[in-house]
Amino acid sequence: MSRADMVASLQDVGLSHDGGAHFVLRHVSLTLERGEFVALLGPSGVGKSTLLRVLMGLMHPTEGQTGGSACAADAGAQTTRRSRAMVFQDARLLPWRSVLRNVMFGLEGLHLSKSEKITRAQEALRLVGLEDAQDRLPRRLSGGQRQRVGVARALTVDPDLLLMDEPFGALDPITRTSLQEELQRIWQQTHKTVLFVTHDIEEALRLATRVVVLAGGPPAGITGEIVLDMPHRNPDTPAFRTYAARLRAMIAGEPDPGGEAYWRSAEI
Amino acid sequence: MSVKLSGPARLGLGLAGLVLFFGVWEAAVQSGLLPSGMVPAPSSLGPAWLDEVRGGFWQQAILDSLNHYLLGLLIGSVLGAGLGILCGMLGVLDSLLEGVVRLLRPVPGLAWVPFAILWFGLSTAGATFVIAISVFWINFYAAHSAVRGVDPELYELASAFGHGSFVGRLVKIVLPASAPGIMAGLRTGLGQGWMSVVAAELFGVPGIGARMMQASSLLATDVVVVYMLTMAMLYAITDFLFGFVRKWVLRWQP
Repeated sequence: MSRADMVASLQDVGLSHDGGAHFVLRHVSLTLERGEFVALLGPSGVGKSTLLRVLMGLMHPTEGQTGGSACAADAGAQTTRRSRAMVFQDARLLPWRSVLRNVMFGLEGLHLSKSEKITRAQEALRLVGLEDAQDRLPRRLSGGQRQRVGVARALTVDPDLLLMDEPFGALDPITRTSLQEELQRIWQQTHKTVLFVTHDIEEALRLATRVVVLAGGPPAGITGEIVLDMPHRNPDTPAFRTYAARLRAMIAGEPDPGGEAYWRSAEI
Repeated sequence: MSVKLSGPARLGLGLAGLVLFFGVWEAAVQSGLLPSGMVPAPSSLGPAWLDEVRGGFWQQAILDSLNHYLLGLLIGSVLGAGLGILCGMLGVLDSLLEGVVRLLRPVPGLAWVPFAILWFGLSTAGATFVIAISVFWINFYAAHSAVRGVDPELYELASAFGHGSFVGRLVKIVLPASAPGIMAGLRTGLGQGWMSVVAAELFGVPGIGARMMQASSLLATDVVVVYMLTMAMLYAITDFLFGFVRKWVLRWQP
């Protein structure tokens, strides 16, 4: 892999909230390549969101190195994009801003004219199917719509890396499935590199090209990863179920059952 | 159990209450229940008011007081809300000033009158100073608690989208997020400001308060009441006008 294909990396990263007495995460190494859709899978409270914030530059690792295209604070005043953008679990829209102005939030401060900002925000809204809602206030939106605005706000800064922190975790199952499909479509259209945090094995398998498991601890570490090779993301296929079984084992810290063994048991 | 009343019904009842209030008052004075030397009859207020208007005192008093009021309100509100916002955002400043704030907060505006005279003399500046101080604290606390109440997750959002600097957080997050609390403080300050106009003018700076003091020393109780009602009217007008400002600033709220 050449350096140009590397969007972000963590080398032997450890994070402690009390100066090194207790570590939340330790010895975490992860490299994200351009165009990948990586699901960061792990149980609740294991430190997935923390790891995401380290990648976003919102938290600084206690030990280890972070690398990749510049972090949260982009250098240079002339830039028209941000290297990283984040989608939060709770959408986190500003209630006093209209949908359009919420999307424009990340564009403010970039080297763009007002009309360029509006155009770009409208394009992002079109991408998530909310172009007709641009003048509405967030409180007039459903949970799913709010989260779409959150996705548009992150996409509009044209990031190299899109970090998503359980973005569909608080939605009802129907909305959730439709947003997953929509995210797949957007990813195929934009070829963004995505790191998607989830505690839902099925969600990880539906969306990702690679699943990285963060478990154990504290301190938690990466207990395994699988590059997915599935043409159809159907939960009823044996391949899907095999992957799910292997991921469950990785989360539990058990040995990888491998593909074959599960194949047989699943057929009985 | 309280009964839910419609808007017009409440307005009607409110007016009826006022009519009843003045009616009972008038009857009490006319029947001799209240000594007319101590309490003016409502019917005497109209002539007293006309006298004041004809002499030009009423208009001049309003203009003078408005001058003190608006200037004091502006200075006290801007400084109070400004310092409240800064203290709400900067923990170090907040801790540094905590002792001073606790010390000065309980001192009523009236207690500053001797210093107002000493520092500014019998001038507009002195009256403005007293009003500004009494408005200052209301706005300080309102802004302070409003800023402290801002959802910390919004700061994280600001940092994630390039607005993590102090100015970025102030402009993009703190000011709009704490606007409801700050506006509530401003509104309370509008009322407090009128109350302290009397205190500010007690020592002889011309205005409504000074005119009231003059009238009361001549036992012209009807004139005193005229100015009491004048102040109530001025408060109602400023509060009404501020309602539009508030509604515009907080137009995003339900």
